[in-house]
Amino acid sequence: MPDVMQLLLQHAFSGITLGSIYAVVAIGFNIVYSTTGVLNFAQGEFVMLGGMTAVTLAAFTPLPVAIAGAVLLAGLCGAGLELALFRPLRRHSTLHMIIITIGLSIVIRDAALHIWDEKVRALPYFTGDEVSSVRLLGAAISPQVLWVLGTVGLLVLVLHVFYRHTLAGRAMRACASNPEAALLVGIDTANMRTLAFALSAALGGLGGCVISPISMTAYDMGAGLAIKGFAGAILGGLGHPMGAVVGGLLVGLAESYSVLSGIPAAYKDATAFAILLAALFLRPHGLFGSPERESLKEL
Amino acid sequence: MRRLPLLLPVAICAALLTGLQLALSAAGLQSYLNEAIIAAYHAIVVLGLCLLMGYAGQISLGHGAFFALGGYTSAVLTTAPLSAARDSGWVRGLRLAGALVEREDLYGAQILTVAPGAAFLAALLLTLAVALLIGYPALRLRGHYLAMATLGFGLIVYRLLLGTDWTGSADGISNVPPWHLGCGLTVSGRPAYRVQNFYIAWGLCLLTLALLLRLAHSRIGRALRAIHEHEAAADAMGIPTAALKLRVFVLSALLAAGAGSLLTHYHRGIYPSAADATQSVRYVALVAAGGMANLWGALLVSATLNFLSLRGVFGSYDHAVFGALLILIVSLAPQGPFQPLAERLARRRRARKEAAHGAA
Repeated sequence: MPDVMQLLLQHAFSGITLGSIYAVVAIGFNIVYSTTGVLNFAQGEFVMLGGMTAVTLAAFTPLPVAIAGAVLLAGLCGAGLELALFRPLRRHSTLHMIIITIGLSIVIRDAALHIWDEKVRALPYFTGDEVSSVRLLGAAISPQVLWVLGTVGLLVLVLHVFYRHTLAGRAMRACASNPEAALLVGIDTANMRTLAFALSAALGGLGGCVISPISMTAYDMGAGLAIKGFAGAILGGLGHPMGAVVGGLLVGLAESYSVLSGIPAAYKDATAFAILLAALFLRPHGLFGSPERESLKEL
Repeated sequence: MRRLPLLLPVAICAALLTGLQLALSAAGLQSYLNEAIIAAYHAIVVLGLCLLMGYAGQISLGHGAFFALGGYTSAVLTTAPLSAARDSGWVRGLRLAGALVEREDLYGAQILTVAPGAAFLAALLLTLAVALLIGYPALRLRGHYLAMATLGFGLIVYRLLLGTDWTGSADGISNVPPWHLGCGLTVSGRPAYRVQNFYIAWGLCLLTLALLLRLAHSRIGRALRAIHEHEAAADAMGIPTAALKLRVFVLSALLAAGAGSLLTHYHRGIYPSAADATQSVRYVALVAAGGMANLWGALLVSATLNFLSLRGVFGSYDHAVFGALLILIVSLAPQGPFQPLAERLARRRRARKEAAHGAA
């Protein structure tokens, strides 16, 4: 295989890895957004919380137990915060709620700094270690990347089944498309909101565990992930489930390939966001979004 | 008659600030003025953003970038020595136009740089151009999509500042000279200039407030609120929505850049963190905590919170306290902490008026 092809492939894999991490965050954004209309900017903090808890638990329990504990804790955190902060609010606009999530992300980040510390941690590799690699089509990739990709793929599948074929999932979709009608047919919309927060937080927590061996875990990782995940969700079109995955992957690929194009590595984020801006200016409602969908849930 | 009730509180505010300065100086707490000055410049950014967000209803998560754009333009132009190009045509031309100044650098050597006043103008012009360039396509987006576009713009500026050598990369630019405004006034962080800088900063801040209050209560302000309420309806009423949104966006960007430029001279330097997304988010949060369409609330909340956090009152829990206060204010008083007070006053005034009518 020619070298150029191999280089392209290597970058594609690293882009897809980054992208699938962003996709997890973007899916989390979408779950909360479509059920409540709120963009939860604390989404990245749940990823951090999941990773941090798992690292702590992994010190004295087997890895799968630690991960399960972390996911559970993140989910409970999400549900608890929704119950404590958002449920009591009645005469608040969506923008107020979004500002509250911003405040929340600041508080969680600082709490994590005080609970743990500023050190960067990581979970052990699920299989093999940092030097082991798998050859795939001539490109070398870490087995952990396969774990990340597999988890994201599985999550998308499970979510699809959940939304289409379970009662709770269908009730959540009803809330998304018309909260008042959902209330009329007997769906407890308030509980569905709590469930959405719990689900997206647990999802974020799981994402935080899977990426921890590759991208490390630190108390301040949340904001960066939230921004990239938000970018993915927006690029794909808010509220569009598959859009989040495609959007997240595209953001990751843009970041990875911008290094290849000769632009200095220091500018790779700038390039990724320049591409995003261009895409937004051309398609103001994201790749899969439609104006009608958005107009129902303006700020 | 309409003008008086609007500007009277501004005058009262100015009197209170004068009293504060005199009291602090008399008590030997001059150092408190430093944080008050910095808080004033940040309040200018928040005020501009308040007009954009609260009145026109357009969110911007990129105002830290405009602030940095102003600050960095001033810093780069007033520190880059042009002595080597002394004989080239454009340097001679600029010199004739009075845009250059000969000064001593830190080590006592003579260097030729752009004068702070000219750099300030350049900063405003550059910001004008950038704000038009970004605002024109971005303001066609709505809600979350606009938030993302402005956030992305801010991140691009941040990354460029962080990765470029001549903006000092991660170190930023230091040794920015003081700005002699004339009439004995100097924008400088030296303790000897502190009192006059307090009046410069707060004078500009109150001037901004007065101008924006006038604007908000004018035909333009009403048009902006119409856009906020229902853009299509405003359009149908004949309000040039796109042009107005762009103008307010540019105005608030210019205010941010001006504040950035002045604070850079005061601080003697600027660092990439000024353009960081968290900084932009902070500005937005302060507008929200002030009650959105509430210029007074924005000024008071932002000046108070920034002053306290700069003084280090919250210690190592600075961010946590800021976030917690934000959550508290927004969830308990979504119209701003002063709205309940204002409502009570209005209700009492109405009650008194009705009582007077009843007696007659």
